[in-house]
Amino acid sequence: MKMKKFKNLSGNLITYAMVVVAFLLCELALSGMIDGFKMSRSLKGQLVPICVYIVMAVSLNLTVGISGELSLGHAGFMSLGAFSGILFSQWLLSAFPQTDLALVRLVGALITGGIVAAIAGVLIGIPVLRLRGDYLAIVTLAFGEIIRNLLNCVYFSLEGASVHFSFLDPNLPGTVVINGPMGAIGVKKLASFEAGFLLVLFTLVVVLNLINSRSGRAIMAIRDNRIAAESVGIHVTKYRMLAFVISAALAGMAGALYGLNYSTVQAAKFKFDTSILVLVFVVLGGIGNIRGSIIAATVLTVLPEMLRDFGTYRMLIYAIVLIVVMLATNSPMLRSTLDGLAGKLKNAKEGDKA
Amino acid sequence: MIQFLSYLVNGISLGSVYAIIALGYSMVYGIAKMLNFAHGDVIMVGAFVSFSATQYWGMSPLVSVVVAVAVCTLLGILIERLAYKPLRSATSLAVLITAIGMSWLLQNLALLIWGANPKSFTSIVNLGSIVLFDGQLRITSEAIVTVLANIVIMLVLTQFTGKTKMGKAMRAVSEDRGAAELMGINVNATISMTFAIGSGLAAIAGVLLCSAYPVLMPTTGSMPGIKAFTAAVFGGIGSIPGALIGGLLLGIIEILGKAYVSTELGDALVFAVLIIVLLVKPTGLLGKKVHEKV
Repeated sequence: MKMKKFKNLSGNLITYAMVVVAFLLCELALSGMIDGFKMSRSLKGQLVPICVYIVMAVSLNLTVGISGELSLGHAGFMSLGAFSGILFSQWLLSAFPQTDLALVRLVGALITGGIVAAIAGVLIGIPVLRLRGDYLAIVTLAFGEIIRNLLNCVYFSLEGASVHFSFLDPNLPGTVVINGPMGAIGVKKLASFEAGFLLVLFTLVVVLNLINSRSGRAIMAIRDNRIAAESVGIHVTKYRMLAFVISAALAGMAGALYGLNYSTVQAAKFKFDTSILVLVFVVLGGIGNIRGSIIAATVLTVLPEMLRDFGTYRMLIYAIVLIVVMLATNSPMLRSTLDGLAGKLKNAKEGDKA
Repeated sequence: MIQFLSYLVNGISLGSVYAIIALGYSMVYGIAKMLNFAHGDVIMVGAFVSFSATQYWGMSPLVSVVVAVAVCTLLGILIERLAYKPLRSATSLAVLITAIGMSWLLQNLALLIWGANPKSFTSIVNLGSIVLFDGQLRITSEAIVTVLANIVIMLVLTQFTGKTKMGKAMRAVSEDRGAAELMGINVNATISMTFAIGSGLAAIAGVLLCSAYPVLMPTTGSMPGIKAFTAAVFGGIGSIPGALIGGLLLGIIEILGKAYVSTELGDALVFAVLIIVLLVKPTGLLGKKVHEKV
């Protein structure tokens, strides 16, 4: 037992260390300290999205890997976070135009995004968590689409410290911040790589501590066998909800950071494909493996940039790589062939020794 | 009132397309127990093949449909063989991601072959429309053909799964794959057959969809695909009449919602109804209730 605890702890430390080292290397590269390695412009632009997708992947892994529920609507929470975060940050700007509140606005936006997404998570979780398996997946997909459709009809404008809101009616007094299908416009960019890094660290602290806590063990027990968990007195709905809401809140925070990284953001950015993309990160990184999610999110966000030389073939190659990796890691036939090869090598080595 | 009727006709016509696509989803899910997210893109390929056949190779519309069905059937079998068959014993999530990869692959292949510019699809049915009530109600020939095609397909498929040997094998595999294998049913051939039928139907659906809504792009299939999947779940996934009812209801709700509630909220309404149905009947309208073994 003690051994296992130690193993968990060292595993977590490796994850933290990996993130910190990667951050420091990026900072060094950004400041041009490393000779012969300069970050390209497009890669620099990817730094914040990478952080956002890492947070998205880790938070989705909490639902899919730790809690064992396939969610296809994670981008919905991200979009709620993005829009509410932008609204909060723009409101502070419009209410107190004189004072410089950049940090407060950023942190406030992240918190607002997290809270709004968490509330949505509770509201959606109540019906969703009654279902199981593929039905649960399709309902999360449906909620994701509903959120996107509703956001397309929402209009917000600011006049000093007052906020105007309308549904389906674009005529509002003051400066329009969220303009229906046009999305959030005129956003003052606040996101930075450092903020992204801190958000990733925050997410890791929350998720890793949850996994290694009493609640986390209860969640995993429910995943492995719901009936057995229930029979030893674990409150199933409570713990499933806990995982779902924390995951939603983190996605909302990631969304807020994402929203504040661009001057305009449309709800169309957060469609089904985005949910799927994050799910791909989680599955390729290894379901339930947090460190894997981080690596997969980073590699797969950078990969399309790396493939830019291939022009129009870029996404084609991406798709083929995805299929081949899935086949290579999951096909029993290929696996047994590889294992057989490994075994032969081992035998050959041992033969040499003898 | 007549306005309402005309919306209803549109809804039934769109719903028929959804029903045909949903059949493909439903059959594949029932037999292979996988969510084939690439199904929507097979629709798009079918429409593109038919488009190329009439525009570039000068074929008659009817022949082009046959060509499209043939190409998509082969494509379905090929996809199953290459991507899904090696994963028969893998987790469902791994198969899901592979299906998504396949969907991206098809979309990007179509992008390379046919380009990103939207093509305007010429309707394969050009028979004019039926005009009723002094021109107030107009039923397009596309709508009639779509509904007729839907009815024929449903009838043929129910007969096929109920009466023929292959159909019985399909039902057996969907009931219990292991037991079916023990009884000497060739499971792999049955699954391939299911993919073939589903993809062939997708081609028909694609042509009908683009005849009614003539914009053709590499992403044309994804949204109808998702909605048809919703329709399949709505009616009870794995059930043929369920796909029909789900598809029709979904089409009608979507068109009426867009007409009477708001154009932007039509899709949201569809998904909201789905959620309500699943909460009341967690396995869909006609889905079988599966009892949990302890």
